Amino acid sequence: MAITYVAIATTTVGAGGAASIDFTSIPATYTDLILKTSIRTNQSAPDDYFKITLNGSSSNFTTRVIDGNGSTAASYSYTTSPGSQIAGQANGNTSTASTFANSELYITNYAGSNNKSFSHDGVTENNATYALAELGAHLWSNVAAITSISIAPYYGTSFSQYSTATLYGIKNS
Amino acid sequence: MPTKLVVDCSTGAVEEIELTAEEIAQREADAKAAAQTKADEEAAAAAKQAEKEAIAAKLGLTAEELVKLLG
Repeated sequence: MAITYVAIATTTVGAGGAASIDFTSIPATYTDLILKTSIRTNQSAPDDYFKITLNGSSSNFTTRVIDGNGSTAASYSYTTSPGSQIAGQANGNTSTASTFANSELYITNYAGSNNKSFSHDGVTENNATYALAELGAHLWSNVAAITSISIAPYYGTSFSQYSTATLYGIKNS
Repeated sequence: MPTKLVVDCSTGAVEEIELTAEEIAQREADAKAAAQTKADEEAAAAAKQAEKEAIAAKLGLTAEELVKLLG
């Protein structure tokens, strides 16, 4: 039976925190990529986001998200950086201790020669009324094959210890 | 000095590398831009809410009653 869902690489943030997590030299041998994250940042708030950079580029991203936080629902569109680079959820450091936000990004045809679209779904975790759930649709208007992915806190400046990110490759056969 | 985690997918090796001065400057510029975007969104939401309340007041309704009427 063909192996269709392969963990390419994973990493966990150490005690000193990390300003970003960068996956480099991504092989072109898969059809799609999935990035699964468990993230907390040093932002002084219940929640934060993380932003994405592809092949070192922060330009030509378009993002539309819908979210709900337990009391209100909203939608946002971004065409300029850094808002357009929002790609997933993070817990901030005033959320319940030792909890992390979970997100999944699905990047289709990452090694192809068309513009790259991807989606994300994510939730923050908090033992309180406020927590955020979000869905996002994203476009990177660039035809280059994706060979590197970098994620970094959006409002905060550092990922907290024990945050993790795992990159998976998906094959269609 | 802040560091980044770099994972080489061809080898699985993970390196912790100090940010360059340029990367630190970019990070600070992005943080300012993110904060400004948030402030703009909150101002737009407040203006929208004020408009709703003004319309509701003209009709002699509370904003909540107007929402229920339109819902």
